[in-house]
Amino acid sequence: MSMHKHLLIGAAIVALTATASAQTPPKFGQPIAPADIAPWDISVGPDGAGLPPGRGTVAQGEAVYAAKCQACHGEKGAGRPNDALVGGKGTLEAGKAPVKTVGSYWPYATTLFDYIRRAMPFTDSKSLTDDEVYAVSAYILNLNEIIGKDDVLDAQSLPKIRMPNRDGFIPFPRSPK
Amino acid sequence: MSERRTSPVPVEPAAGNGILNRRIFLEGALIAGATGAGFTGAAAEPLPVQPWMKAPGADFAAYGQPSQFESKVVRALARPANPATQGIGTARTPLHLLDGMLTPSGLHFERSHSGIPNIDPDQHRLVIHGLVKQPLVFTLEALSRYPMTSRIAFVECAGNSGALNAPQPQALNVPAIHGLLSCSEWTGVKLSTLLDEAGVDPSARWMLAEGADGAGMSRSVPLAKAMDDALICIYQNGEHVRPSNGYPVRLLLPGFEGNMNVKWLRRLKLTAGPTMTKDETSKYTILLKDEKAWQFVFPLEVKSVITKPSPGLTLKGPGFYEISGLAWSGNGSIRQVEVSADGGQSWAPAALSGPILPKAPVRFRAPWQWNGGPAVLQSRATDDTGMVQPSRAAFAAERGLRGQYHYNAIQSWRIDEKGEAVNVYA
Repeated sequence: MSMHKHLLIGAAIVALTATASAQTPPKFGQPIAPADIAPWDISVGPDGAGLPPGRGTVAQGEAVYAAKCQACHGEKGAGRPNDALVGGKGTLEAGKAPVKTVGSYWPYATTLFDYIRRAMPFTDSKSLTDDEVYAVSAYILNLNEIIGKDDVLDAQSLPKIRMPNRDGFIPFPRSPK
Repeated sequence: MSERRTSPVPVEPAAGNGILNRRIFLEGALIAGATGAGFTGAAAEPLPVQPWMKAPGADFAAYGQPSQFESKVVRALARPANPATQGIGTARTPLHLLDGMLTPSGLHFERSHSGIPNIDPDQHRLVIHGLVKQPLVFTLEALSRYPMTSRIAFVECAGNSGALNAPQPQALNVPAIHGLLSCSEWTGVKLSTLLDEAGVDPSARWMLAEGADGAGMSRSVPLAKAMDDALICIYQNGEHVRPSNGYPVRLLLPGFEGNMNVKWLRRLKLTAGPTMTKDETSKYTILLKDEKAWQFVFPLEVKSVITKPSPGLTLKGPGFYEISGLAWSGNGSIRQVEVSADGGQSWAPAALSGPILPKAPVRFRAPWQWNGGPAVLQSRATDDTGMVQPSRAAFAAERGLRGQYHYNAIQSWRIDEKGEAVNVYA
């Protein structure tokens, strides 16, 4: 092989490499370790994935509720000025005006924990300890007669709760493929 | 009386009660016998030389504002009853006072669940994690370095037009009923680019999108949508996204209900199944006639509304008017809009002002010769999937009127003999 051919092949390789690198999409994301995401990784799946350690009782929750929730959600979750958390049983039936509460409508208890932890109390969200979130979740579920007054909520027991309206949801018939 | 230079072309009625053929907009044809209300043909007054014609005007402004004479063109605010929970509410676009298809950024509707966070862009981060090969975090500077994509798309709150579920028609105007719809040009990074960089695990089917607001607003998005046309938006109508629309970064899911287009986007977590957040279970699900509710109702189906005439825009006597409004579909492009002045007994096609873009509103216009008598104005849109906007009766027959969300049935405005428009069920 002549020197000339070597040069040509070399040039072709350089050209191919340049083309390949030009076609590599730009990457500006910075790798991050799961432990460094943890402070933001607060979502809880319906299987309980993401639930933190900790526990809470109905009685503990009643105290948290009185101090931090009742001003907006009323005594024993009756609502007013903001949403009712209790009641509405039977109001989903045909012809009735629905009263959609944790007890009458919510399909998963994990959602209650997730939402309280991320969004409540409204003026000081993400301020409750995980124990307090378990406790106040327990209190609201007890008010709705879904768990007993002596039940304890933690990462094991919460996802096992079967909500009354668990089977109340069906897929939209015209979802895009 | 002066002579017209062009002979009027007779424009035949195209539908009952004065709807004329749209070709006067398409071809600029003149209408025989049609007169503008209040325009008598009498000679006008001499033209005055106004003070602003004789003196220098105002200095330059660093950021321009509308004319002081347009101070009534503002959003309608709906605040919560409880002042302690300020920030849960809406600001509704005054669609009846606008024209064209785009919404000025300052008039784009707002729905927030815990107010508007004041985010320092240098401190903002977007993290992608969960079922990916390599979790990644992005600064705004990093996001700004990717190739950008622009598209015009509407955003509509799932609760828009929900007032029409009420058993009796309420005396509400366009913004109060339909003002949770707006349209912008959005510019940003294709989400698929970022997901490809993180490396999607084959077991991922859904993606949780979460905001940096006080409520940590979060929704599960099908991965197929995320990989299709989802956009990580940095710009809205050419400038950085407004704080009330998600500054510095929002998710755009063209055609999907507004709530899923998460503002102040801080986190995307790929998952096998939906997370079942509060806003995809207790809210934004559609309770049907029986006890069941539709869940994961994503695209906003074909819809239209006449914005002019409408309540508050009183007609000034019999004569020629343009009926105008918006039509849109979360499933594609608008193919046709028909209008009726006799409560849906007869229909004629409206002219569509381009561009006609998928998942973007289209301005429609129809000529109308109002005879001064009672009329019921309606519009009915058809999209390019063939879906036709339903009547209120057909809508209610399918799902009942307890669903709150995704109301897309035909709007009726009754015009009385004084020229006033009112919301009716017809």
